[in-house]
Amino acid sequence: MTATGEIRPLQRSVRIGRVSAIWRPRAVAVAASAVLLTLAISILALGIGDFIMTPDRVVATLLGQGNASEQLIVLTVRLPRILTGIAAGIALAVAGAIMQTTARNALASPDLLGVTAGASAGAVAVITLGGTASASGFLREVGVPTAAMLGALLATVLVLVITGRTGLSGIQPLLVGIGVSAFFTGAVSWFLISAPIKDAARANVWLTGSLNQRSWPEFWPIALSILVAAVVLVPLAHRLDSFQLGNDIARSTGVPVARTAIVLIGISVLLTAVSAAAVGPLGFVALMAPHVIRMASGTTRASLFGAAAVGAFVVVASDLVARTVLAPIQLPAGAVIAIIGGPFLVWLLISQRRKTSL
Amino acid sequence: MTSAEILELQAQNVSVTFGGGEPALRSVDVTIRPGEITAIVGPNGSGKSTLLRAMGRLLRPTDGAVLLDGVDILKRPTRELARDLGILPQSPIAPEGLTVVDLVSRGRDPHRRWFDQWAASDEDIVNLALEKTGMLELAHARVDDLSGGQRQRAWIAMALAQETRVLLLDEPTTYLDVAHQLDVLELIQRMNTVDRATIVMVLHDLSMAARYSDRIIALSDGEIVADGTPQEVITPAVLATVFDLGATVILDPLTRRPHVLPGRRLGAHW
Amino acid sequence: MTLHAGGTGVLRSAPARGLLLLGLLAALVVCIAVGFAVGSRDLSLSAVWAVLAGGGDPEARAILLDQRIPRTLIAVVGGAALAVAGVVIQGHTRNPLADPGLLGVTAGASLFVVIAIAFFGITAPAGFLWFAFAGAALAATIVTVLGRVAGGRRDSSPATLVLAGTAISAVLAAISGIILLLSSSTLDVYRFWTVGSLSGNHDLSQLAPAFVFIGIGLVIAIGHGSTLDALSLGDDTARSLGRNLGRSRIVGLTAVTLLSGGAVALCGSIGFVGLIAPHLVRLLVGPGHRWLLPFSTLVGGMLVLAADTIGRIIILPAEMPVGVVLAMVGAPAFLAILVQTRRARA
Repeated sequence: MTATGEIRPLQRSVRIGRVSAIWRPRAVAVAASAVLLTLAISILALGIGDFIMTPDRVVATLLGQGNASEQLIVLTVRLPRILTGIAAGIALAVAGAIMQTTARNALASPDLLGVTAGASAGAVAVITLGGTASASGFLREVGVPTAAMLGALLATVLVLVITGRTGLSGIQPLLVGIGVSAFFTGAVSWFLISAPIKDAARANVWLTGSLNQRSWPEFWPIALSILVAAVVLVPLAHRLDSFQLGNDIARSTGVPVARTAIVLIGISVLLTAVSAAAVGPLGFVALMAPHVIRMASGTTRASLFGAAAVGAFVVVASDLVARTVLAPIQLPAGAVIAIIGGPFLVWLLISQRRKTSL
Repeated sequence: MTSAEILELQAQNVSVTFGGGEPALRSVDVTIRPGEITAIVGPNGSGKSTLLRAMGRLLRPTDGAVLLDGVDILKRPTRELARDLGILPQSPIAPEGLTVVDLVSRGRDPHRRWFDQWAASDEDIVNLALEKTGMLELAHARVDDLSGGQRQRAWIAMALAQETRVLLLDEPTTYLDVAHQLDVLELIQRMNTVDRATIVMVLHDLSMAARYSDRIIALSDGEIVADGTPQEVITPAVLATVFDLGATVILDPLTRRPHVLPGRRLGAHW
Repeated sequence: MTLHAGGTGVLRSAPARGLLLLGLLAALVVCIAVGFAVGSRDLSLSAVWAVLAGGGDPEARAILLDQRIPRTLIAVVGGAALAVAGVVIQGHTRNPLADPGLLGVTAGASLFVVIAIAFFGITAPAGFLWFAFAGAALAATIVTVLGRVAGGRRDSSPATLVLAGTAISAVLAAISGIILLLSSSTLDVYRFWTVGSLSGNHDLSQLAPAFVFIGIGLVIAIGHGSTLDALSLGDDTARSLGRNLGRSRIVGLTAVTLLSGGAVALCGSIGFVGLIAPHLVRLLVGPGHRWLLPFSTLVGGMLVLAADTIGRIIILPAEMPVGVVLAMVGAPAFLAILVQTRRARA
């Protein structure tokens, strides 16, 4: 009872039958805004390109009422690209949110496990060794992404095996991740200098992370991995709250810490690997999106859904900027993400310090 | 007590060795009596926290086993175990911005299904836990804004909300001033007398241990060297052996329990 | 987070450490000798000696004086500088995963080198020297200032510095990335500089400024040792031990900038050494900076020199650049050491 005698519930919640969730109005509002913003920017992006369409035409076309050329442009050319961007944004943001909460570290990202370096090595190997054959066709559509996935897998397995031998105490796992990443990054450098400049240049493009020429073949694998992740994460997500209190309290309240961490990190690795294979490394999204949603919602950890929405927005928006700022040159989305990501991170720093009196 | 002891929490020949060093616990065998408050005391490095953590399944014993109701606790599904056994470690960390309500409600996790994050019973039980710890007014305050004593009470409220019949506490009163120490220990005592919880706590302060517990176990160098009522254990002889401390023990006129007046350090140490 | 990666190290007593220091010095001399002798054209030790004494045949003279001696010197000095920079940055950020590049130094140097290639048409590494150093200094300054601003009234706390460094590095790298994407001729030059290929002739006189910067940086760093020890105990304890945190931070970061800026100017943007060398040395002699700093110079120098030498012979007749060897041979070696030490301790 409060001082005035009215009963105020401890926690606002939403209940439907046996299903309930805590109602956090601010978090819900922020997530909803993020989704709406993503929708808006996507529609905008679908309309912008060599042939400009107004948003109402875009929506009409999406609903099936466009003419033949509008349908071609929106549905066949641009939609798969935008959808791939959304999917990659979702995958990376969720991967980042999981890693940051599980590792209890604001700078944690799946890259620390060598995933991205491994994927890069695989992709660059095929691009440089395959020569001009890898610029299009089977090698580009299937060869490069598969090699990237294999590289990512190899790196992850290496980290797991070596960490098994060095133990999980202290910074050992991080050092192993750094060592494995360094090795694969070295391999990338080696491929880059051994190849003729034309192939090296193409490999460099891949390394920057981009949505150029991405279409349905890139979209479906990411979408599938998101689906798998969703199925696994829905029952497990609430354990992330326990992780925040430290391994001891988590165990004391009945969370099987080791098993859960393995599953969570595994999902994170899967999402990152598939995304890297499809669009190249876009590391900053995994780092940025969770912080954005956490600070905007005022929660103690990044909500997975909210982070996903932010991630999708960042990728689509960055791609739009990348495509248009130096038109007709199409910059890769990854470069723009890093350029806005950097100052964003700085702003984050400054605003956080002002809030908490140190 | 009936002739057949009711089994609850038992450490059976538990040994713990970290890395390649000396054993932290050597074949410790102890049966905690249900419904009692047991205090574990001993000098730094004697293995008190190690024993408690092993009993709370935060550590896997190198040898031996910890049993609850006769079953090895490591063999039970951890969520199920968490409904019967809870442990509050030293200096737990709370993430920035966490509110008291959110913290306390974590204690309900072992009783909830994943799709029911604010179960019907949660409101009542969390409310009750906050009331018992005097934290109702601070329910929506941030844990990092609280004073040391309030923070500790919030963590205990979480343990209360977990509704376990056995609760282990690792140094619940360290860093608290005297008044708050009493608050916390009185609270723990009420959990024992009113809610019938079995309490095992590691304490540094011997007089407090004597005042608030039914049984004291003294560890030294990984082994139990004294085990009995406060009157039996808190004696100059035991203090000299366990702590290398020359001390006078008087009877506290208010509580009728032993009270330690430290004298001098025996033997050359520093 | 404490700095130990292995307790107080394998060697605990001062005499043992002194002996090891001498041993390492001797090992360095051997490495240098090997570095002189080995390569696409092996020279016998007597031929080396003849050249050093002032004579020797013209071909050997050309190889040694124009190529091998300079490149050996560059490798050793660069490696020493990176290792010491690593020690200092790890001490200031109290983070054993910190790398001298954390201050944005490597990213800044790389960006300016890219600009030099793209807009000024410079292609020789010696020509990049001032660009690299300017970029390094600029980036480090921005990161340090940002760290202080973001840290509020208090001195730039380690965590803030790390975050600021990561952010600025990312932005600078992105800008470099864009330029490289737009100009593949720039990429063609840059991709060799960035892996630290030390092959070819070197005019040491042109590289002299870098040696000067590194020299100054080393002097500052070695004198900074006791401050680093105090810092490792935490900012508050360091203050109570009488350190002026603000001033210490500036001194330390200046040293890091001079050292890693100079190293990048000399050797390209090779990584790994600054991060790993301090760890290896800590395994041997523990975290006390009195020993950590001098040992790191030797170990760092030997690492890079060994990498360069290996790179010259591993895929004859071609050469594998230093940066690639450090990554592809050094990283697995480091991982093996991690596994070994764990086993030994367990």
